[in-house]
Amino acid sequence: MTTLPNLTQKKLGLVIDLDTCVGCHACVISCKGWNTENYGAPLSDQNAYGADNSGTFLNRVHSFEVQPTGDEAAAQLIHFPKSCLHCEDAPCVTVCPTGASYKREEDGIVLVNEQDCIGCGLCAWACPYGARELDQAEGVMKKCTLCVDRIYNENLEEVDRVPTCVRTCPSGARHFGDLGDENSDVSKLVAERGGMDLMPEQGTKPVNKYLPPRPKDELPEFDVLAPFLEPVAQEAKGFLGWLDKTLEKL
Amino acid sequence: MHPAPSVIIFTTFSGLGFGLLFWLGIDPTPPTGWVAFVFWLIAYVMAVGGLLSSTFHLGRPERFLKAFSQWRSSWLSREGIAAVTTLVAMGLYGLGLVFFGTAWQPLGWLGALGALATVFTTSMIYTQMKTIPRWNMNLTPAMFMSYALAGGALLKGNITMAIVLLAIAGVVQVFTWVMGDKAFENSGTTMATATGLGNIGSVRAFEPPHTGTNYLMREFIHVVGRKHSQKLRIISVALGIIIPVVLLLLPIGHWIALIAVASHIAGVLASRWLFFAEAEHVVGLYYGKR
Repeated sequence: MTTLPNLTQKKLGLVIDLDTCVGCHACVISCKGWNTENYGAPLSDQNAYGADNSGTFLNRVHSFEVQPTGDEAAAQLIHFPKSCLHCEDAPCVTVCPTGASYKREEDGIVLVNEQDCIGCGLCAWACPYGARELDQAEGVMKKCTLCVDRIYNENLEEVDRVPTCVRTCPSGARHFGDLGDENSDVSKLVAERGGMDLMPEQGTKPVNKYLPPRPKDELPEFDVLAPFLEPVAQEAKGFLGWLDKTLEKL
Repeated sequence: MHPAPSVIIFTTFSGLGFGLLFWLGIDPTPPTGWVAFVFWLIAYVMAVGGLLSSTFHLGRPERFLKAFSQWRSSWLSREGIAAVTTLVAMGLYGLGLVFFGTAWQPLGWLGALGALATVFTTSMIYTQMKTIPRWNMNLTPAMFMSYALAGGALLKGNITMAIVLLAIAGVVQVFTWVMGDKAFENSGTTMATATGLGNIGSVRAFEPPHTGTNYLMREFIHVVGRKHSQKLRIISVALGIIIPVVLLLLPIGHWIALIAVASHIAGVLASRWLFFAEAEHVVGLYYGKR
């Protein structure tokens, strides 16, 4: 049934650290790899080696430039991985006409039963985050499963029982856990770093949280030689001075 | 939003078809025999043709029966049920009128109610989208309903009613555009809220996730053709409302009525193209686009 559960026992999700993400796209590639070989229909590509290539991805990394206001601070470049946020009030679930989209009562993961999906695309319309993509080869909706086939998989070593994007991330920018449990590592991290929701005004109550970039350090003046160095000439003298004045008069 | 021909044709023609079915259903002196047959044929070709057209945008149309199951939560599911109920009720009602010359009136009333419900549920599929601020307002169902009722009255030949309802549809349409133009700004969703980086400073999309395009960009970010939107709005109102009203005020004949209907359909098609092409999905903000 595509009504949402009133309460989920757990709120499994990701915490993404925008301060440490280096924008390497390793999570994108590992996600594509794992989810093409495992759960559900493969993530297809169209015209993969042609000029107009495109394909289905469950995770994409954007990059944003933020220009701090007020002072003359340097612009910051922030890499921004984006996948399904497994919202508590997931609008993608309730719009589904077939019951293919559902939110699991036991752990809050939002999934698509691909056998029931008619590929109407309405769930992708309802998602403000662009987390759902209609696979062009299969005609069904694909989305992040939070690697539901890894996290409970006892055939894998315990260290691997996390979403593949988390396992892959070389800079430790992705964390996985129960955000419903306030004593979990991820919940503590969110509390400590001021984790935030994306588009809170949309009312989706996302489970995944984003950790904002830490404020940039101010470097103190530490160069001991600087005071003794010749100051840079402010006014030109000699020939250049004459040239400057002459050009000014013209 | 991508203005897919399948959904433009679907909303336009099924709106007209169900609008006609509404007027046929509540008519106290309904047509019988061949006249009834022709009216029913027009209504069903439009309503069913529109519904069939809508299945062309499905990835897996062969599973459409599953779409009737989720009426508790899904407007699309409710629409399917309303449409089928209406078509069955009005089909039986039409059967009585065409072949037996008798009006099984309760079926007509049920069908008329169902026709209204179908158009309303269709409009709610779009209205419910908080992600598309231009659609997420009460004027959207008002616009769909007023067009369907006006178009239905026009097809039915209720001249006075058609003139009044066309005028109402025109006013609602203009309000929909005026309010819709401010909707995205009023929604409060910006690149700052989308990225959560607004408290650092002004956010600009620096690099997209990939060099090519993707499903999201094709479906939700449609900028081609928006530059002509003002002209198209004028064309849409002229064809869809003004010309039919003027023609209806003339001494009416079947040929003039046909021109009025054709003009109205062209106007509604233009309006529906704009409805999709001008709608901006908030996901575009992640791409620095609208």
